[in-house]
Amino acid sequence: MPATPPLSGFAGADKPEYADYSRCVHCGLCLNHCPTYRLWGQEADSPRGRIRQMQLVDEGRLELGDGFVTHIDRCLDCRACETACPSGVEYGKLVEVARAQIEQHYTRPLSSRIARDFVYRRLLPYPRRIAVAARFLRIYQRSGLAALARGTGILNLLGLRDRERLLPKIESTFFFDDLGETFPAQGPRRARVAFFAGCVAQVTFSELNRATIRVLQANGCEVVVPAQQVCCGALPAHAGVRDVARNLARANLAAFPAGDFDAIITNAAGCGSTLKEYTHLFAADAQERNEAAKFTSKMRDVCEFLADLGLTAPLRKIPMRVTYQDSCHLVHGQKIREAPRKLIRAVPGVELIEMELADQCCGSAGVYNVTETEASLELLALKMESTRATKAEVIVTANPGCILQLRAGAAIHGTGQEVLHVVELLDRAINPAAGRGN
Amino acid sequence: MDSRLLHDLTKLLGPRAVLHEPEDLLLYEYDGSVEVARPECVVFPRATADVVEIVRLANRHKVPLVGRGTGTGLSGGAIARHGGIIISFSRMKRIVEIDAENQRATVQPGVVNADLSVAVEHLGLHFAPDPSSQKACTIGGNVSENSGGPHTLAYGVTTNHVLSLEVVLPNGELMRLGSAALDPPGYDLTGLFVGSEGTFGLVTEITVKLTRVPEAVKTLLAVFDSVDDATETVAEITARGITPAACEMLDGWTIRAVEDYVHAGFPLDCAAILLIEVDGLREVAEAEAKDVADVCGLHHAREVRVARDARERDLLWKGRKNAFGAAGRFAPSYYTQDGVIPRTKLPATLRRIGEISKKYGLQIGNVFHAGDGNLHPIILFDERNEQQFRDTIRAGDEIIEFCIQMGGSITGEHGVGMEKDRLMTLLFSEADLALMRRVRDVFNPEGLLNPGKILPTSKGCGEIYVRPRPAAAVPSA
Repeated sequence: MPATPPLSGFAGADKPEYADYSRCVHCGLCLNHCPTYRLWGQEADSPRGRIRQMQLVDEGRLELGDGFVTHIDRCLDCRACETACPSGVEYGKLVEVARAQIEQHYTRPLSSRIARDFVYRRLLPYPRRIAVAARFLRIYQRSGLAALARGTGILNLLGLRDRERLLPKIESTFFFDDLGETFPAQGPRRARVAFFAGCVAQVTFSELNRATIRVLQANGCEVVVPAQQVCCGALPAHAGVRDVARNLARANLAAFPAGDFDAIITNAAGCGSTLKEYTHLFAADAQERNEAAKFTSKMRDVCEFLADLGLTAPLRKIPMRVTYQDSCHLVHGQKIREAPRKLIRAVPGVELIEMELADQCCGSAGVYNVTETEASLELLALKMESTRATKAEVIVTANPGCILQLRAGAAIHGTGQEVLHVVELLDRAINPAAGRGN
Repeated sequence: MDSRLLHDLTKLLGPRAVLHEPEDLLLYEYDGSVEVARPECVVFPRATADVVEIVRLANRHKVPLVGRGTGTGLSGGAIARHGGIIISFSRMKRIVEIDAENQRATVQPGVVNADLSVAVEHLGLHFAPDPSSQKACTIGGNVSENSGGPHTLAYGVTTNHVLSLEVVLPNGELMRLGSAALDPPGYDLTGLFVGSEGTFGLVTEITVKLTRVPEAVKTLLAVFDSVDDATETVAEITARGITPAACEMLDGWTIRAVEDYVHAGFPLDCAAILLIEVDGLREVAEAEAKDVADVCGLHHAREVRVARDARERDLLWKGRKNAFGAAGRFAPSYYTQDGVIPRTKLPATLRRIGEISKKYGLQIGNVFHAGDGNLHPIILFDERNEQQFRDTIRAGDEIIEFCIQMGGSITGEHGVGMEKDRLMTLLFSEADLALMRRVRDVFNPEGLLNPGKILPTSKGCGEIYVRPRPAAAVPSA
């Protein structure tokens, strides 16, 4: 028997706390809901196993080493386990702080450190740098270089063929130009909302952003796009880079004076989930937490907001068979399951066919498809089997990351299915010309 | 673990299907129960042939073997009490065949219980045994533990739904027991294997019966201000010759715990609720629902609500099925007991549980299959407090002793496992146990399959046995 209890492998702030992880009573009800457990069948890659590993590190019985990092890294952070958990374990919160501990106390290989440093600390926080990087990527995609790379088979050779397909297509105009604008409501004003535009979405989903604004306007919303907004911080927070996430949150709290709006709207479920949990980032400071609480009380996903507000814009008939893929951070992170379905069914002529396991992750999971490509593609293959079985012409979802992944899936697996955001479907039903541009 | 054996297992299954590092093994020392013991190796077969080879290798080295599904069990059945190899069936999860006309399906042991029902839903069929953990637990595990669930009141337990088994005996022999046809002649070896908790053989394929989804289902929620009224209602429903498909009771404390999770609209200020389901042909179900509601009214039910649609019904059941886990909201750990009593003794037993709760100062929630007198008291404790943990086990034992006094049994459906082997002597004579031992020895003479389960190893009747707490730290490699 050891004379002194072993020391915790965690240190400093932002660590898994006993009060949080001890909520897990290891009943195992989460296991069959976890995409990585379903893939590999290993306890270490299940929510229960990951929580146990956090406990073991905290008790000093397991080293915060390669094994721990591998299993925590492999987690999609899709939070399907939270939906399954009867004990109310806030798994997402736990895995984020476990990653914060890894970030502080574990040395990753040099190449990984350089990549993470570049993305989380030097790129995402700076809108201008995102725009510059996007312009370079656009040159690659448009100049024929991409076609050359594909045609010569060099991507196959490098094992990057599928990875390259996961790359977002850079759009011709960026949404950055729309920051600071106010878009008037059509008809009587029913609400005044602020729009959260995202970071990478501004160069890859500016059309989606514009569609979102059009749909809000058409339903009587005045839409303000605050100029000083920055990345929500979801990607750094999920990766354990808490200081960057915190600074981004502070900038957004300043950019969105919550009192001025009926709601703050995002069309990205992944961002929305983090934006709604800004209070988690400020656990240590009551004043900042209060500020964050004011902000989060106004935060709404666009589906949630529109379903509550009620659609008033006339919708034309679109005869179409669609299936809906739950975005994890909407259904599991924000517990919103019905709102997007309600909006889809509201469009005359649209037939919604439920796919099997619609609330299982498609493998996108933020940057997971880049960091854990093999697992991501396996999950994508399973997902495309389910979407194909519905015989739907269109897959509708609620998050840009999922859209990219599903579009890649449709291409890789040749399902021929179009992928749209819920608001893009609504936009088409409201504006006959919509969706023809790209 | 013998390095030669490890080498052979790795050669057979590949390195990704063999775990032996301490940090991996730590994650197989628990299941859904409060028991703990560490295996020396965990293997992941993909086919029956793999299992046969694993068993042969283990037999050659005289190493214990323990089968494991998802590890949701509540009696330590899937824990390697005496070390050895855990065979995880998590990668053998294929539904091999669905034969809709003959209402049967053949599955690998790792298929999750609810996944089978989902797969045959479009045929108007389902797999009837429905343990609370059905969304995660495996059919292989159900067979080993002979699992029950709320609907076993009318539909029977797992053994009533198993037609045939493919098993690997401890010497590596592959056997087919039973037959897909009903009522095969000869000894009912399938029946013998179901519920043997992995001590006779390892199940590698299962042919189960599928049951028609009834034409109509009525789910009633009856709310009571006194526990006695609720239990008397149960007694009278059965006395009137009504056999509900399910008849569940939750006490006030448990209701408050689950309502926080499911938001099913359970009243927070009542003493108990009954969740009663009747099914069958539409007319029959409607008439029975009315009779049940009348009985509830006679026994002072404050309110009787009938679920209006499938969504409401699912919500009520979600409350019931998540009752154990919901305990995690109130204490770091819980210990679920699994006693059985004649249902007429429900009021007395619940009063006794109340006294035991007071005596030890431990919160005990009650949720149980009232229709068949199967109790599930949930004792809350903090595992950091050694004394409280001992008291929890003592309280559990006292509840079980009372169940036996009432003419009941030590387990209804969770199995004996390593949790209750020491309590077997309270229920069985030496001669009874010796006969069981002889039966086990026919299949598993050297005790290599799941040792330390079901049968007590020494005369430990009634003595307080303190489980080994998770001990040694992992040596940092």
